[in-house]
Amino acid sequence: MNQPNDLILRTTTQLIAFLLLGFSVYLFFAGHNAPGGGFIGGLTTAAAFILMYMTYGYEKIKKILPINFRLIAVVGLLITLLSGIGAIAFGEAFLSQTSDYFNFPILGEKHLATAMIFDLGVYLVVVGITLTIILSIATDSDDDSNEDVGV
Amino acid sequence: MNNLAILPIILPILASVIVAFFPGKLNIVRPLSKIFMVVFLGVMLFITFKVYSDGMIVLQGGGWDAPFGISLVLDYLSIILVLTTYVIATAAVFYAPHSLSDQQEKFYFYTFFFLLISGVSGAFITGDLFNLFVFFEVLLMASYGLIVLGNGKAQLRESLKYVLINLFSSMLFVTTVAFIYSLVGTVNMAHIAERVDSIPAEDQGIVTVIGILLFFVFAVKAAIFPLYYWLPNSYVVPNPVVSALFGALLTKVGIYSIFRVFTLIFVHDTGVTHQLFIWLAMLTMIFGVIGALSTNNVKLIITYNIIPAIGFILMGIGLFNEDGLSGSIYYLMHDMVIKAALFLLIGALIVAAGTKDLSQMSGVIQRFPLLGWLFFIGSLVLAGIPPFSGFIGKLLLLRGALDQGEILLTVVALLSSLLILLSMIRIFIRGFWGEKMEGMTTNPSKVHALTIPATFLISISIYLGVGAETVLPYIDQISSYLLERTEYISSVLKG
Repeated sequence: MNQPNDLILRTTTQLIAFLLLGFSVYLFFAGHNAPGGGFIGGLTTAAAFILMYMTYGYEKIKKILPINFRLIAVVGLLITLLSGIGAIAFGEAFLSQTSDYFNFPILGEKHLATAMIFDLGVYLVVVGITLTIILSIATDSDDDSNEDVGV
Repeated sequence: MNNLAILPIILPILASVIVAFFPGKLNIVRPLSKIFMVVFLGVMLFITFKVYSDGMIVLQGGGWDAPFGISLVLDYLSIILVLTTYVIATAAVFYAPHSLSDQQEKFYFYTFFFLLISGVSGAFITGDLFNLFVFFEVLLMASYGLIVLGNGKAQLRESLKYVLINLFSSMLFVTTVAFIYSLVGTVNMAHIAERVDSIPAEDQGIVTVIGILLFFVFAVKAAIFPLYYWLPNSYVVPNPVVSALFGALLTKVGIYSIFRVFTLIFVHDTGVTHQLFIWLAMLTMIFGVIGALSTNNVKLIITYNIIPAIGFILMGIGLFNEDGLSGSIYYLMHDMVIKAALFLLIGALIVAAGTKDLSQMSGVIQRFPLLGWLFFIGSLVLAGIPPFSGFIGKLLLLRGALDQGEILLTVVALLSSLLILLSMIRIFIRGFWGEKMEGMTTNPSKVHALTIPATFLISISIYLGVGAETVLPYIDQISSYLLERTEYISSVLKG
């Protein structure tokens, strides 16, 4: 896939991947009271990663981003669960959420919600799962520590 | 508000996430999973005790009151099924390391296993029709992972069929939930029941139609005639421990859903709906047992025996009187335990004899007497020979049938019990008796390790039969509570 004549793709990817990553952060924070959220933010991030994989090839990106995406998904699931269990620790019903306004030095008054923690978990699960699926279809390499069962 | 109701769902998910962190390190994952399961079983016993002493536990998720929030309801029926699920899962987790290859275990077996338990418990507990769909998806996702675990063309082919048929029925499920929502404007089961009651009698035809649609969704999962054709092949290909979980839990979730929906919501036109169940129950019994007699593959015989059991449970729902419902609940519990036990025993038998083919087996009991006698007891339990648990369930069911004057149903049920016994004893006579066969396993300690978890399940099953005096009052309490309906509705809606 890494052809020498893909100049346009390489040049635009530098810009678009950057924009996509920035936009995904925006979507993630917009989540709990405007369109957006962990799911769509995660998909946008995954799209940026996949674009980079397509442009520069699997090996190169793997060197730059040595991330085990399966682990990311599992960590995300754990965060999501803990945000639900957190409510139990405070004696509330499971999955109860709360929110408040806080003053930050530079940003000013911002609305922070515990739903954000839940969303962060969803974000990580989506990034992890999407990239695990796409990379395992796109590459045949068994370089993960888990050998294939051979289905 | 009581957070105990979420524990049967959240504990296994937590366990599945924890074991997913190190799938390759079996020396950590195996003991960890066993410890988790034993602790969880203890927690479930505590919750069961609590429900029976203090009454049902209702949790409104996120603190939003019903019908807006998501209700989780631990009532007398659901907690007893959750407890049974955990008993079976505990036996399975001790069986798995000896039955699966290391490679299969490393491929996230324990993660999928705990997810499956979570999905099954969730389906039992939820008080919301849409969330029933969600938990069906959770358990199906886990089951997709478990069914492809292994090797070979046959397994891949059958898993593909399994996935397709389940996707189709899930789509039909969502559609039906949408119909219900458009009719009564809610998906909370207690709220639906209340609103359906207030629909005037001449407009209730549409409710019956939707009820039958929903029945067919669940009938696919529960493997009721004529929708059982996918079951035997896809349950027979995976590893015995996976088959045990599927046979004991998945079809039972389907029949439980029919149970819940047709005792709580669709109860006004029993002449149509419940009469249909009686006919389908008869056909399910007959065709299932014919399947069980038609094959020499020992595992397939057990798999086919799932189907008549579903017929028996459906028969009690169709009868819809106190004896019938008690019999169904008893039979449901008994069948979950004994099916799991028999699948585990068959797994051990296949390892011991080195073949699945009954015509090549003989004399296994001479080398493995414990396995042989356990299997014999298991067959008697399954067929319903007194004093074992199958007998108690069938006695109640038949009493219910005779009260209703269903002579044909009684005859069919008795006849199919006899044929079930024949199909099981055939394995015993031809596989265990006779000349000691050539080519038996050279690794007897593995067979012993596989027999121990099954011993645990068989002894529970014996207790259900011999100790029926202590269990039956609770079952009767459940069935009169189900027929009453008001306690469920008022407990959920008051929050």
